[in-house]
Amino acid sequence: MSALETLNKDELFTPEIRAEIDREIAKYPEGQKQSAVMAALRIVQDDNGGWLTQERMDEVAAYLDMPPIAVYEVATFYSMYEHKPVGRNKLCICTNVSCMINGSDKIVEHLNNKLGIKWGEVTEDGRFSLKEVECLGACGGAPMMQVGRKYYENLTPETLDSILDELE
Amino acid sequence: MSEEKTITIEVDGQTLEAKPGALLIDVTDAAGIDIPRFCYHNKLSVAASCRMCLVEVEKVPKPIPACATQVTDGMKVQTRSPVALAAQKGTMEFLLINHPLDCPICDQGGECELQDVAMGYGSDVSRFVEGKRVVPQTDVGPLIATDMTRCIHCTRCVRFGDEIAGMRELGATGRGEHMTIGTYIAHSVDSELSGNVIDLCPVGALTSKPFRYRARAWELTRRDGVAPHDSVGSNIQIHVRRNRVMRVHPRENEAVNEVWISDRDRFSYEGLYSDDRLTRPLIKKNGAWAEASWEDALEAAARGLRSVAAADADQIGTLVSPTATLEELYLAQKITRGLGSANIDHRLRQSDFRSEGPAFPWLGQSIAELEKVDAALLIGSNVRKDQPLLAHRLRKASLKGAEVHFVNPLGLDLHFDANQVVSDLAGMVHNLAGIAKAAGGSKVLAGRVSVSDEHKAIAKKLKSAGSATILLGNLAQSHPDYSILYGLASSIAESTGAALGILPAAANTIGAALAGAVPKYGAGARPAEKTGLNARTMLESPRKGYLLLGLEPGLDCANPALAKQALAGAECVVALTAYRSPSLEETADVMLPIGAFAETSGTFVNAEGAWQGFGGAVAPLGEARPGWKVLRVLGNLMDLKGFDYLSSEEVRDELQQACAGARPENDLDNTTDGEIQASAGKLMRIGEVPIYAADALVRRAAALQETKDARDAAVARANATVAGKAGVGDGDTVAVVQGGQRAKLVLRVDARVPDGCVWVAAGVPGSESLGDQFGEISLEKV
Repeated sequence: MSALETLNKDELFTPEIRAEIDREIAKYPEGQKQSAVMAALRIVQDDNGGWLTQERMDEVAAYLDMPPIAVYEVATFYSMYEHKPVGRNKLCICTNVSCMINGSDKIVEHLNNKLGIKWGEVTEDGRFSLKEVECLGACGGAPMMQVGRKYYENLTPETLDSILDELE
Repeated sequence: MSEEKTITIEVDGQTLEAKPGALLIDVTDAAGIDIPRFCYHNKLSVAASCRMCLVEVEKVPKPIPACATQVTDGMKVQTRSPVALAAQKGTMEFLLINHPLDCPICDQGGECELQDVAMGYGSDVSRFVEGKRVVPQTDVGPLIATDMTRCIHCTRCVRFGDEIAGMRELGATGRGEHMTIGTYIAHSVDSELSGNVIDLCPVGALTSKPFRYRARAWELTRRDGVAPHDSVGSNIQIHVRRNRVMRVHPRENEAVNEVWISDRDRFSYEGLYSDDRLTRPLIKKNGAWAEASWEDALEAAARGLRSVAAADADQIGTLVSPTATLEELYLAQKITRGLGSANIDHRLRQSDFRSEGPAFPWLGQSIAELEKVDAALLIGSNVRKDQPLLAHRLRKASLKGAEVHFVNPLGLDLHFDANQVVSDLAGMVHNLAGIAKAAGGSKVLAGRVSVSDEHKAIAKKLKSAGSATILLGNLAQSHPDYSILYGLASSIAESTGAALGILPAAANTIGAALAGAVPKYGAGARPAEKTGLNARTMLESPRKGYLLLGLEPGLDCANPALAKQALAGAECVVALTAYRSPSLEETADVMLPIGAFAETSGTFVNAEGAWQGFGGAVAPLGEARPGWKVLRVLGNLMDLKGFDYLSSEEVRDELQQACAGARPENDLDNTTDGEIQASAGKLMRIGEVPIYAADALVRRAAALQETKDARDAAVARANATVAGKAGVGDGDTVAVVQGGQRAKLVLRVDARVPDGCVWVAAGVPGSESLGDQFGEISLEKV
């Protein structure tokens, strides 16, 4: 018997997280708990400092009665699930066509120099990490980036500095 | 059933009849029209992901996949039109983009679907000049070799795990260019049916690890055979090169194994070439083994047995393995009865003989009927590990909504939904008695049982189900109260109308009963003129002479300590064996080397009573000879009549005549109201025989012995309460003690083992010195 099968569902996560996942499960018909897998992964990722570990994914699998591999499939398919530690602020910079034409290269270069990190890396103080993303649908405000749930548009190196100063 | 309407479609100008709603690819397959495919498999769900089966259909603007298209009346299909060909060629080019084309070093080369289809439908030259994707090597265990760089993402293996094995172990992680098939985290693939993905994989991504780099497909001769381990009798193909079995593949037989075989049937051939194969006859002289000629060894064997028989024929005892062929079993009983003894038995693992049991037992239904039941009650059965393909049928029934119940002395890891009633050995009897009483029939134990709501629910379901079955498994057959369990099961069957069945443990358990390898019935399951001792009493009151066929006394008997003691005290022990087993070296006087699986012709009778014959695929190793020939000569040397057979077919024909009119029947009036032997208050051993310890061949199959199932068997298991009482914890080394004999094992705390029980496997190394499979045991801290 694997360690997984011995997991007790009532002891997984915290009561708050269980309640949050249960709310998602309730959105789907009876017996289709696995439909809540994406939401559950997001909830667990947020709780875990912005990234997923194998243990956490296994817990989601156990909670939703899914084979662990089926959870890994979902978690590796979507780019917004992270499998390595990220900074407290994950700077998602769009480098797709509109942003590129409007100078996203300069934004990226500025961030590389200022923070001393490249794509996928985290600053030493754990404050920032950089992620290259595809179009986020805000071409009207290109170049842009997403941090947390907020879009920052019409970026210039100057506005970027003041944004970074505000991020804890 | 009423005649179903058919519709007419036209494929490549040919008019075909089809059932409405059938898949186009199934219709063309049946008509022999070839459409290339990778992801489609008729036993798996439709993925339509490889796009290789694109065909042109009139009035459809684009080519469509034949595997995901249902036929409609008047449909006009072109499989070789310019549009279809262009689509197939384009798909092929894309599929080959990331494929390494390393055919010269690929095991699949020569039997590769990708290779074949690329030859037929691909371009000569690829236009792809960019870099190819590479997937790092992964290790998924001892049975399957992986080269995922070759994978074309058909997901047959993923769907197999989900839909057939019932254990989703492989998956497609990542996406697009980065998608890979694998386990994601490093662990082995542990399903007991896992080897089938090797056959399913259309490329060389999943290949057989034990077979890797051993031979090329075109060097192999294919010979039909029958799998030698469980009572399914899976049809197999034995691939041979230069008189050596190189690998085993399944052979399609919808009624028996469909297209699958268990890992045990697939990889056990390795055991043929273990170091302790007996290749020359041996005679023990002054306590030391010496090689001998066949003449001397046969002479010594015949002399020894004859001299015992001359003094008192009843001093001859014959123990035969239920994995022996029908012909061997028939001749062994013919010799025994010819010498004037009636002491012969194949039920080596049975300990309760208070009722004789049916003369011609069977599954109670055909194998295919198992997947159609609406309710099933399995008593003392780990069917998933003991008869994996019968479990597969039950799983299909369960998925269709059947209710499956187990009454067991341990909790099982199952791949389908089932209700498990778990208790100690005595509790099993009480639970079954409760169900019997709730079903309203039994006189068995009737006065002394309490009926729970669960018992009532099970009885009610068995009664109301359109088709129900009650099956007695391997654990039940070795239970100290088998006769009571059988009686109760038959009573439940009688009062609920369910079919009573036995899940025979070995490949030829049913054959052994038909061949007369039991003390009360002769050939053809007819009552014998003279009755003798059974497998247990033959050892409890030791005989002076023993004839052993194909067994390892230390590993194949219900009580190895008792068996070894009885054999050691005998004047003459003649063993026909393929292996130099330690327990035979200790106790035998003459060892005659016989052919193992694939080395002899013969017949197995499977659980549903089907006679399945096979020829020898290779000659026996060294000087070994097919068992039936050795027994024939032995019979002649002892001047017994009727041993002048020229072929194993003649032996079979003789038995077949004796079997005329024999009908399998698990009689229902075979009830015993005896005392319950399993003591309730004492600690009892659950001596399950693990999947890869079932017989001599599989015990020696190297790769299978490295699997998780095999590794998990080398421990003692008890729940936290039992462990706590003994003052031991998880991971401690403990001594299990039975009848003064000790074995040291690592203890695993396992909640699946009920109170009052310790799980200590039988048939595995280290268990030889222990006593009863299901006897009293004690647990000591070391």
